[in-house]
Amino acid sequence: MDTLTSPALTGILDSALQSADTAEFRAQDWFAILRQQGWHTFQSLPMPKRDDEKWRFSDTRTLSLSGYALAPAPSDAEAAKLFARSQFISRPAGLMVHVDGHCIHKPALAPELTAQGVIFEPLTDALRHHPALLKQYLLKHKAGLGGDKFLALHQAWLRAGYLLHIPKGVTVTQPFVSIHWTLAEGAAVFPHALVIADELAQATIHDFHLSARPATRALAISACDIHAGSGAKVHRLAVQGWSSATQSFQIDNTCGGRDSLISSVHAAVGSRRARLENIVRIDGPGADVRLCGISVATGEQEFDQRTLQIHSAGKAKSDLLFKNALLDKSRTIFSGLIKVAPDAQQTDAYQTNRNLLLSTEAEADSLPGLEILANDVKCSHGATTGQVNPDELFYLRARGIPLAVAQELLAQGFLEEVLARVENEEAAATVREMLRVKFHQI
Amino acid sequence: MSDSFVIKNLNASIGDREILKDFSLTIPKGEVHAIMGPNGTGKSTLAKVLAGHPDYAVQSGEALLDGQELLGLEPDVIARAGLFLAFQYPSEIPGVTIANFIRAAIVARQAKGAPFDAKAYYAELYAKMDALKMDRTFTARFVNEGFSGGEKKRCEILQLMMLKPKYAVLDETDSGLDIDALRIVSEGVNRMRGPETGFLVITHYQRLLEYIVPDRVHIMWDGRIVHSGGKELALELEAKGYDWVKTELASA
Ligand SMILES: Nc1ncnc2c1ncn2[C@@H]1O[C@H](COP(=O)(O)OP(=O)(O)OP(=O)(O)O)[C@@H](O)[C@H]1O
Ligand SMILES: [Mg+2]
Repeated sequence: MDTLTSPALTGILDSALQSADTAEFRAQDWFAILRQQGWHTFQSLPMPKRDDEKWRFSDTRTLSLSGYALAPAPSDAEAAKLFARSQFISRPAGLMVHVDGHCIHKPALAPELTAQGVIFEPLTDALRHHPALLKQYLLKHKAGLGGDKFLALHQAWLRAGYLLHIPKGVTVTQPFVSIHWTLAEGAAVFPHALVIADELAQATIHDFHLSARPATRALAISACDIHAGSGAKVHRLAVQGWSSATQSFQIDNTCGGRDSLISSVHAAVGSRRARLENIVRIDGPGADVRLCGISVATGEQEFDQRTLQIHSAGKAKSDLLFKNALLDKSRTIFSGLIKVAPDAQQTDAYQTNRNLLLSTEAEADSLPGLEILANDVKCSHGATTGQVNPDELFYLRARGIPLAVAQELLAQGFLEEVLARVENEEAAATVREMLRVKFHQI
Repeated sequence: MSDSFVIKNLNASIGDREILKDFSLTIPKGEVHAIMGPNGTGKSTLAKVLAGHPDYAVQSGEALLDGQELLGLEPDVIARAGLFLAFQYPSEIPGVTIANFIRAAIVARQAKGAPFDAKAYYAELYAKMDALKMDRTFTARFVNEGFSGGEKKRCEILQLMMLKPKYAVLDETDSGLDIDALRIVSEGVNRMRGPETGFLVITHYQRLLEYIVPDRVHIMWDGRIVHSGGKELALELEAKGYDWVKTELASA
C-alpha cells in the first residue's frame, strides 16, 4: 500500500502518514524506530522564535512547515529530462540522481572501485546491503546550532540520499556526484549524505541541490555527515540551487580524525530562505579543515549561516572563509563560533566572514565568536561588510564596462577566492555559471 | 572641430582644491601631443576629469571629442564614446582575469545581443600580447594583481590596443618600464598611430618622446598649459628645468 503517493493526503506533518511510511521500513526495525524517534522529537520541539539566540537576526516569522507534501515519483519523461540536465561532471566516479526524493539513477561504479570495497549507494539500498555501517554512523549527532526540529523532521522522513564508504587506504580522484532535484509544486524533500572515509582514504564529493523549475514551491531539509578517519582526505562541494520559492535547511556535521584533511565549499544561490548549519568536530590531533562558503543573494532572499568549529584535539587547524555578495533587499546572517577545548593545545583556528553589499537596501549581519579554553593557540576571527571598491569600479567603467556589469564582475571576483579552491574544473565552471545566471536574473 | 579633441577653459576641483584652471588644449585627430609638467600640477587630474572620475567636480568648460561633449557623462559612456585612459596607477582587481576583463570591455561595445566571437578574440589577444612580449599565461591572471610596475603598464597598453579608441591619454605610461619595455610599449603605441587616432602623452621624461615622437609638446603649470612648442621643447625643458618655466613662462 503506497499511501504516500496519494494526492489526497494533506501534508508531511501528519502522524498517521508518518507511521504508514515508517511501516515500509519494518524489515529494518532499527531504521523504522529511528524514523519514529525523529517524528517524536520533531513533535516535541517548538518552532524557533525570534528571541531564540540561535536564530538571532533570522526571520522566524516567515518560517512555516505547512502546505508541503511528499511528492510522487516523476514520470519517466520528467526523469529522463532531469537526468539529461544532471551531467555537470563528465567523468564522475559515480552519479546518483534523485527527483523529489525518489532515486531515478543509481551509480554504476567502475569494477576496480567495487573490488576495492568502495560503496556509493542510495540509502534505501544501503539499508539492505550495509545495515551495520548505517547503524553505526547514521544521524549520530544533534543539529546543535538551532536546527534540531528540522533535523528531527529530516530523520522522520529519511529515505532519500546516499551512503558513500571509502575503505582504508583507497584513493578515488574522480568526484562522487549526487544530484537532488525538486519538481512537484509543494514537494518536501529530505536529502541525506553519509560519507565515511576510513583511515588514509581519499574522496571528492559534489552535492548539487537543484529545482527543475525556477519558482516551484518546496521544502528541503538536508543533512550531510562526514566521518574522516585518520589521515583521510575528503573534499566536498555542496551547491544549493533550489528554486526561489524553496525554504531550505542544510545541517552538516563533519568529524575529522587524526591528521585528516577536509575541505568543504558551500555555494548558495537558491531558495527563498536558506539556512546552513555546519559543525566541524576536530577529534584527532593534526587534522586540517578548511571550510568555505559563498553566496549571491538577490531579491528578498535570506541566507542564514551558522558554523561551529570544535577543536577537541590539539595541533590541528581549521580555517573558515564565508563570503556573501548581496543585492536588492537580500539579507545574510553569518554566525560562527570557534571552540577550543582545554587540552587542545597548539590549535590554529581562523574564521573570516566578508560581505559585499551591492545595494543600499541589502543587509548583512555578522556574529563571529571565540571560546578558547586552551592557552597555547593561534585563533582569530574577523568580519567585514562593505561596498565595492570605488577605484576598482572606476577602473572597470573607464574601459567602457557599464555600472551593473562592472559590479557583477567585481562581485564574481570577490567570490573567486573561494571558487579557486574547487579543484575540479568542471565543478568550478558549473558554479561560476550558476553565479553568472543568478546575476542576470536581477 | 568634429575631427579633434577640444578641451576649452576647463575648471575642475577636488574637495575645495581647485586644480585645473582654465585649461585649454586641442588635439587634432591623428596627432600625438605630449604634456610635461612638475609633480602635482594637475596632469593626472586632467586625465581623470576627462575620463569622468566621480571624485572631481567640474566648474566650467568643455571637452569635445569629435564634437561630442564628454563632461557630465558616466565614465563607461565616455570610454565607449572613444576615449581611453592609460592610468598612472592602474587598480588591481582581485578575482577578475585579464581575459574576462577585456572581454567584458569589448562586449560592452558590441550591439546588444550580438554574438561574441571567442576564437577571434583570443587570436587577437594573443597576437597583441606577443607583440608586447607578455606571456600568454597573463590572460588567466587577475587584473594587475601582483604585477610588477612595468607589467601593469604593459597591460594598460594591451587594453589600449584591444579597445582601439579614437583618443588615448597615456598618463606616465613610461614610468616603471625598463629600457626594453619602453621600446616595446612605444612600438605598440606607434603602430596605433594613424589618421584615426589622437594621443595625449603625459610624461616626465624626454626619453619617451624619442620613441613616441610628438607633434606638439605642452608645458603644464599650476593647472593649465603655459607654453607649447614642437618636439624640441622637451629637450629645452630638460636643459633648463622648471625654474625656467616658473620665472619665464608661468608669470604671464
Ligand atoms: N583626493 C585629493 N584630495 C586633495 N588633493 C588632491 C586629491 N587628489 C589629488 N590632489 C592634489 O591635486 C594636485 C594635482 O594632482 P595630480 O595627481 O593631478 O598631479 P600630477 O600632475 O599628475 O603629478 P605627478 O607628476 O606627481 O603625477 C596635487 O597637489 C594633489 O595632491
Ligand atoms: Mg600624475
